[in-house]
This record gives sequence, structure tokens and C-alpha cells, in this order.
Amino acid sequence: MPDSASPLNLVFIWQNAWRMLLRDWHAGELNILILGLLIAVTSITAVGFFTDRVERGINLQAAELIGADLAISSSRDDMQSYAQQASGHGFNTAHTISFRSVVLGPQVPQLVEVKAVSSHYPLRGQLRIADGAYQPDRTTREIPQRGELWLEPQLLQLLDIRMGDSISLGEKTFVVQQAISYEPDRGGDLFSVAPRVLMNIADLPATRLVQQGALVNFRLLVSGELNAIENFQQQLEPQLQTGQKILSIEDGRPELQTALNSARRFLALAAIISSLLAGVAIATVAIRFARRHLDTSAMLRCFGIPQRTIVQLFSMEMVFLSIIVSSLAFLPGYLTQLILSQILDQLLLTNLPAISFKPLIVGYATGIVMLVGFALPPLLALGDVPPLHVLRRHIIVKPSRNWYLYVSVVISMGILLQWQLNEPRMVLAVIVGMFATVIVLAAAAFILIAFLSRLGQHIAVSWRFGLVNIVRRYNSSVVQIVSFGLGIMILLLLSTVRSDLLNDWQRSLPVDAPNYFIINIQNDQLTGIKDYFAAQKVESIKLYPMVRARLVAINNIPVSTENYESERARHMLTREFNLSWAERPQLDNTIIAGNWWKKDDAGKHLLSLEKDLAKTLRISLGATVSFDINGKRNDFIVSNLRNVNWDSFNINFFTVVPPGVLETLPASWVTSVYLNVTQAASLSTLVRIFPNVTVVDINTIMQRVRSIIDRVILAVEFIFVFSLLAGLAVLYASILANQDQRRYESAVCRTLGARKSIILRALIIEFITLGALSGFLAGFAASTIALLLAEYVFNFSYHFDVAVVLYGMIAGILIVGIAGVSGTYKILRTPPMLTLRQGE
Amino acid sequence: MNNDDSSAFIEVRCVGKTVTTRQGHLCLLDNINFTVEAGRSVAVLGASGSGKTTLLGLLAGLDDISHGDIMINGQSLSQLDEDGRALLRAHNIGFVFQNFQLLQHLTALENVMLPLELTGVKAARETAADLLARVGMTERSQHYPGQLSGGEQQRCAIARAFTMRPRLLIADEPTGNLDAETGMRIIDLLFKLNTEQGTTLIIATHDTALADRCERRLMLQAGQLVETSVA
Ligand SMILES: Nc1ncnc2c1ncn2[C@@H]1O[C@H](COP(=O)(O)OP(=O)(O)OP(=O)(O)O)[C@@H](O)[C@H]1O
Ligand SMILES: [Mg+2]
Repeated sequence: MPDSASPLNLVFIWQNAWRMLLRDWHAGELNILILGLLIAVTSITAVGFFTDRVERGINLQAAELIGADLAISSSRDDMQSYAQQASGHGFNTAHTISFRSVVLGPQVPQLVEVKAVSSHYPLRGQLRIADGAYQPDRTTREIPQRGELWLEPQLLQLLDIRMGDSISLGEKTFVVQQAISYEPDRGGDLFSVAPRVLMNIADLPATRLVQQGALVNFRLLVSGELNAIENFQQQLEPQLQTGQKILSIEDGRPELQTALNSARRFLALAAIISSLLAGVAIATVAIRFARRHLDTSAMLRCFGIPQRTIVQLFSMEMVFLSIIVSSLAFLPGYLTQLILSQILDQLLLTNLPAISFKPLIVGYATGIVMLVGFALPPLLALGDVPPLHVLRRHIIVKPSRNWYLYVSVVISMGILLQWQLNEPRMVLAVIVGMFATVIVLAAAAFILIAFLSRLGQHIAVSWRFGLVNIVRRYNSSVVQIVSFGLGIMILLLLSTVRSDLLNDWQRSLPVDAPNYFIINIQNDQLTGIKDYFAAQKVESIKLYPMVRARLVAINNIPVSTENYESERARHMLTREFNLSWAERPQLDNTIIAGNWWKKDDAGKHLLSLEKDLAKTLRISLGATVSFDINGKRNDFIVSNLRNVNWDSFNINFFTVVPPGVLETLPASWVTSVYLNVTQAASLSTLVRIFPNVTVVDINTIMQRVRSIIDRVILAVEFIFVFSLLAGLAVLYASILANQDQRRYESAVCRTLGARKSIILRALIIEFITLGALSGFLAGFAASTIALLLAEYVFNFSYHFDVAVVLYGMIAGILIVGIAGVSGTYKILRTPPMLTLRQGE
Repeated sequence: MNNDDSSAFIEVRCVGKTVTTRQGHLCLLDNINFTVEAGRSVAVLGASGSGKTTLLGLLAGLDDISHGDIMINGQSLSQLDEDGRALLRAHNIGFVFQNFQLLQHLTALENVMLPLELTGVKAARETAADLLARVGMTERSQHYPGQLSGGEQQRCAIARAFTMRPRLLIADEPTGNLDAETGMRIIDLLFKLNTEQGTTLIIATHDTALADRCERRLMLQAGQLVETSVA
């Protein structure tokens, strides 16, 4: 034996480990290990490739919200040099100039938001236009021709004009050509912007509207290859002058953001589950592998090989194996993500960005960490096998002594997953949840088996034999129930609970969700509006009050944009807040801190804040928030923070106060309604009767969210196939786990004259009992996990379902029973001599 | 050499055994013929690897016969399926393995009880305890095989083979692991059964003392029967 530190030793290890690998492969010892690892690495690589691309695709989607990959805004027309640099890099560019102005209608002058755009606008996303207000719309790549204006429908109503009519803007007269139904980079608050007027940038000088000192926003839009854009952004940042800023996508629409975030979470969840589960499968198989190598190890010790070298040999064998399998898994992983991308390409409307190599690295790393990590603890125990094992075979090797290794493997898996998916909370939650599940399952299995052992005395021989077997193999039965339980739990989560969760998500945006917001309703118009919709056969509508207010101080410190870094915070401070009042919170809101007010709190100056707003503006529970309302300062105490489901499209407010505080102030009201096509067509009547009322059409944005949900559900279902495979691998692995022992025992029983039927019945009883126990526990675990997921991760409501426990038991009995018996049945037909010669 | 006595308890006719390995077919036994009458004792001798264990396995119906046939008490083994052979074994044949084949997770007593439990015999515990006492293992009855010496495991395996009071007892080197004195006691035990209950004994052995006590000797050489001699 060479000295263990010498370089010769390394060569010795390499050569021998390689030889061992080849021999194990030849003897068929590695088949299951390879299968498990292949599933694991394939799913992780596929999910990795995929989430990586979707991540970047989602960024593209977000880019739609600013109409570009990168947008620079300025208060002056001073971005020519940036435009030249962008063109120099081969990027596409476009310009927009927007400002507020007034168009003269028949009755009153109407405040509008004008946007003058150059050709190619928008660089990301598409405009949708229609031939008249609330008419069917279509996408367009065009911008208004010179001399043309495109208007938002409510403006057409407000001005009481038709397509082809002329109106003047500044010193130029234009022809009204199209109605705008969707503007990707509209941004901002649906309730508080004036209607849009879109024009060609070439017409701008003629209007003479953009003068020195006017409040004008110039934007340079840039699009191109993503990495290059990122570099360009870094190159621009130091050049920015006062009044210039790079727009962030946070200014985009919260509804889309929420939907995309949920999408990302679902995918991440599927990825984490399949990875960890594959790990469990590998660990189970590795224990068997180690047990079958007890003799090898003891023999090597007999030949005088030191413990350390033995461990090194086996570890190196596993490293070789994981490198080979990870390389093999690349192809199926890549193909799978191709299919996934097909599903998502349509959703994202653009081609997904090319793959990056990060998932490949993660795939390799995962393969090595998982195989070496999960297989090492039992193999390490092999180093502890005394040479005596050769003589006395009844020495039990306990992998549990190396539990810390399992923990460190799970931690490194967590780090890899986090690196891949960037969802720290979820990775942590799933890992902790998995540990908790394993502990609870093990404890419950322990109790159930103890109960079984009391049952065994007065029953028929097959029954007793089957049950006694479970009790006799106490430890391995607990392990088996836990891994069966995990496998079945995943199957349950994937079958019943998954569709419940996904349906809940889909249901959060039902077909008849309100598709129009009616805003700006005055106090004296409330009955009129209600009557109008009653006549339209729209079910009773709910109106929400709001009062305009300006945030002036937090905890008596005057607010100023200089105190905030975040663009969103600054943006919020410059605009008006809509304070609403309510006796109860909206149904889809959840209070995450503090308490909602009681009846007798009416009239108190309390405030309920949306949680993201509170975070952005750094307002905590109990803070004093001061608003300027109608010229008077009002102080409120923050009594609770709310989570709001923006993608539900219900009317929601960032700031709500109790009843009895704002009622005397001038309020306007808003409502949301679902209108079918014919009902929508008559909106023009509504606007004629109540000229000050504004109708906001949210059909398009809702369609976007809905299609995101549908597509992502499809993709998630596909990814879950891997979790399913991993779950089945766990089941298969745990059936294999003590199959050798069972085979041997059956063979011995057969030589002693036991009939096939007795052995078979005992096996069936054993597996069915194991299946029923683990299915029962798995049902509980699955329901609990679904409940927690729905509550804390996805913000849906989910109800505990006893049927799931029943399904669990049925699934357990069927799957474990059939798989277990059919896996062992074969030995009943082969002569026992061969089995006996092979030994245990 | 060839005996066609139809009243024979065991009748081995032209038996051959071949196995298929990676290197091709391998002939383990070739054209074996002999008969044994009920209540006789037979020693099977031969060098290591000559096929003794293989032959005993075939006699007990533990393996498929490739050619020829074996009749036990007029019942053809090749006509029976696995279950039929198991049933035959349960009531007629006891087997002591060269390498014991005790179940590791059962105590000595439980191992001996097993055949009784499997066939649903009452008072399994008492019978098993009694048998263990007869092989001098009462003290070790609650120990697991891993905790027993080779000889103790051997005795445990013999006790197990006796539990069903078989008409045929097949033992593969039953004294291979025993000192002379214990070996003697085991041999006495085997022959006591042979005379008291008329049990037929077939014993593979290298032990000349044991072979000498048998009424007949079969000599195997490279899978072929080269000599049968009567004591
Ligand atoms: N399944 C098998 N595949 C290949 N070869 C086998 C098989 N079973 C037995 N053999 C070979 O058949 C020959 C006879 O084996 P057997 O165990 O019957 O010998 P034996 O006479 O009992 O020897 P020993 O005295 O050493 O126990 C041996 O060479 C053995 O290697
Ligand atoms: Mg032998």
C-alpha cells in the first residue's frame, strides 16, 4: 500500500475506483442508481434551462411595460448623444415626448395626456387600436400618420366626436383616426391619469406646445440583445445628468407583475420538489448499494487497505458515475426545455432568449453533490465495517451515524437551487417542510407499527406472518413508510391538490370578472349610475368612495423625494393618494400585521396600508401618517397592513380609513362591472348622460394576465411530470430497498416447504399494510402542505379535504401493493437454490 | 450399479444439470443414476466442486433438473411445479445447508419455529425448544445467527431440519464446522432418527468417520457418479 498522502496514492485511487465502477456496472449494480440520478439531473437541468429562459422572458414581458428593454427619461431634449451611442451598438431606438395639454371640446376644455411618438414605437409590446370607441380591436405596428390623432375611447365620448372629425391641438388641426384600446407602456394609476392622445412626433413643432419651461417628459427607448443592453445600461449610468433617469420596470402594472411572480413561484416549486425528491430516491438506492458492498469493503479491510482509502475509493467511484450521468442527462434536459419553450413562446409573444450555460453548470453540480452527498453517508459507513464482517455477516451498518452529511447535502442542494431559482423563502420553506414531513412521518410510522405489534397474536398465519415481518424489520419499515409516504404525498399533491391550486389561481380571475372600471362618479350621480346599470341588467354594483389626498409627513417628519432612493417611492410621493373608507376589508385582502378596525372605531383616524406601499415608503405599524386633504392636514395612525391580490382586478386601494372620517369631504366614487359586448357598446350612452364620468377598459390587460395564467399552468403541469417521475423513483427505490432481503427470506421459507400462496399472501399483506399506513399519513401530509402553500405562498384559499386522505390510502394500497408484490413475485417462480447460493 | 427396484424411496434416472453462464453452457452433473430404499443412509463423497451440493439441491427439489428425472416416494419431481415441490418438502424433506441459511433477523428459536409456523402447526414454540435442547442449544436459543459460532449455527440448522419429522433428511456437510466430539453427537442424532423413525439419510461429507457409518457411499467426480459401494 502506498502512503496515503503520496501522489502515487491518488493514481491508485483513480485507477481502482474506475475499475470498481466498470465492475459494478458490469454486474448490474448501478442500474437503479443511474436511473435515479438521470431523473434528478434531467429534471433539474430542464427546469434550470427553462426557468432561466423564462426568467429572462419574463423580464422581456416586463420590458413591454416600458415599451423597450431600456428607457431613459429626461425633462429636456438632451439625449441625442445617448441615441447615437445606442445606434452605434446596433440597437433599435425610438423617441417619445409626452406632456399634459388641453383639447377643446364642444362643452368644456378637456385635460389630456399627449404622447408624440417616432416610428418603431413601441419597441416592446404592441399597441391595440379600434375603429371606434369600445369596438373590436386589433394590434398594430403603425404609429399615427402625420396629421392624425389616436385617442382613448373615453375622450371620444367626452368630446362627443367621431372618427374622421377634426380637432385642434395647440396651433395645429388634426383628424381623429383611431381609438386606442391598449397602450403597453401606459403605466401609472388607472384612476388618476387624464385620457391619452397619441400623435406623430414630426407634427410636434407645428403645435407649438412644447415650449421652454413647459413640463415635458422626453424618452429614449432602446431595444436589443439582452446582455448587450445590460452592458449599455451600465455604460450609460455614469453619464446621467440631473433630470435624466433610467426607467425601471417597477413603474409597470402591478397586475401583470403579480401574475408573473405567481408563475415563477409555481415553476420554482416544481423544480425544488423534483430535485429534493430525486435526492431521496438516490439516498434510498445508495443505502442498498452500500449494503451490497459490505463484503467488498470488509474484504478490502482484510487485505489491509486503510479505512480512509476505502472511503476514497467508493467516493471516487461515485464522482466518476455522477460526471458520466450528468453528461448523459444534458440531452434529455435540453430537449425537455425545448418543448417547454414552445409552450411559453406564444405566451411571451417574442422568442425566448437563447439558453445560457448556468443551468448546465448547476446540472453538473447537482449531479455530483447529490450522488456523492446522498450516496456517501452509507458508503462512509462502509469504511467502518470491521474485517470481521467477512466471518460474521450479522454486523449492522448504521448510516444514521452520518446524519450530518445528509444535512450538509440538503444545505448544498438548497444553495444550488437558490442560485438557480432565486426564491430564498420558497427554497427554505420546502426544505424545512420536507424535513418536518419526514420527522412527522417517521414518528407516526413508529406509533403505527407499535400498534401493529400488539395486534399480531390471534390472527391467521399469513396475516401474522405479513404483519410480523413489518414489526420485525422495525427500523427499515419506518424508513420504508417514510419514503413510500413521501412518494405518495407527491403523487397526491400532483394529482388532486395541484389541480385545486391551479384552479384556484385560474378562478381568481373568472370569465365574468369586472372588465370595466367606472371612475370619477360624483355624490349626486350615485343613484343615477345604479339605475343605469340596473336597466342594463347588470347585477347590483358596489361603489367605492375615494378622496384625493397628498402625503405630507410620516411620523411628523415632512416627506421629501430626497429621502428615498427607490424610483417607485419617489414616484408615489409626487402623485395624489386615493383615500377610501370601508367598514370591512375587501374579501381578497388579508391582514398581515395589526388588526382591522371594529365597529366602534368609526370616526377614528386610523389607516390601513397596502403592504408593498408601506415597505416602499418605510412606514411601519403604529406610525403616524399625515395627509393634506382639501388643504387641511389630517393625521392617521397605521393600524394594519394588508396584502392585496392585484391580479384579481377587484377595486382596491392602497390606503383605507374607517367610516365616519372622510364622508363630509368632496369624494368621487368608483365601481367595476362586467359588461358583455352589447352592454359595452352602450357605454357611450352612459358617458353622454354623465359626461364627467370616465370609463376604463381593462379587457386587454386582463386578457394578458389570463393568458399568462393559462400558459404557465400548462408549463407547470409539464414540469410537474418530473416531480411525478421523481416521486415514482422514490417509490421504486424504496421497494427495491429491502427486496434482496425479502427474496432471500422467501427462498429460505420455500426450502422449508412454505407454499407459494402463503408467501404471496404474506407479501401482499405486508405491502398492503405498508401502503395503507404510508398512504394514510401521506394524505394528511399532502393536505396540510397544500393548505400551507395556498395560505402563505400563493395567497389562495384552500380547504382541507378528508377525501385526499382516502385517496392516499387507496393509492398507497394499489401502488405499493402492486409494485411491491410484482417486484418480489418473480422469485416465487425461480428455484430457490440459485437465490440461496447468492446469499443475502 | 443400476437398480430398477420400483419399491425404491428415491429413484434418480439419467439426471443431468447444466447452467448457462457468460462463457456458455456448463455441465455440473451428467447422467447420474441410483436408487435408495426407504430408511437407508447414504453418504455422497467427492472432491470440492465435484457437484455434491448440486445433487442434494436437486434431490430436495430446490432446483430444476436439466435432464432425466428424480422420483421421491413414487412422485416425479420434474412433473411437480414449484408449489408441489414445496409441499413435498414441507412434509417429507428436511435440509441442512452447507452454509446454514439461517434468517439473520430471527433468533435461533424463531428460526427453528419457522417451518412449523409456515405450515400452521400448533405448539411450534415447545417443539422447537425441545429440538434445540436435543442439539444442546437451549442456552443460545434467544441469540441471533450473527452471534453464534459456525458450529452453533450448524446445530441450529439441523434442529430446524428435524422439526417436521421428515422422511428424508438431506444434509450438506453437517459436521464440517464441528469439533470431533460435537460432530459425534450430531451424527448420533442423525442416525438415531434414522433408526427410530425410519428416516432416510443422504449426507454429503468429507468426514470418513461419518461416511463409514452410512450403509452406502456414492462417489462423485467432476459431475459424474464414478462408484457406489455398500458398507
Ligand atoms: N449457478 C451456477 N453457475 C455456475 N456454476 C455453478 C453454479 N452452481 C454450481 N456451479 C459450479 O458447479 C460445481 C459444483 O458445485 P457444488 O456446489 O455442487 O460443489 P460441491 O461438490 O458441493 O463442492 P464443495 O465440497 O466445495 O461444497 C462447482 O464448480 C460450482 O462452481
Ligand atoms: Mg458443497
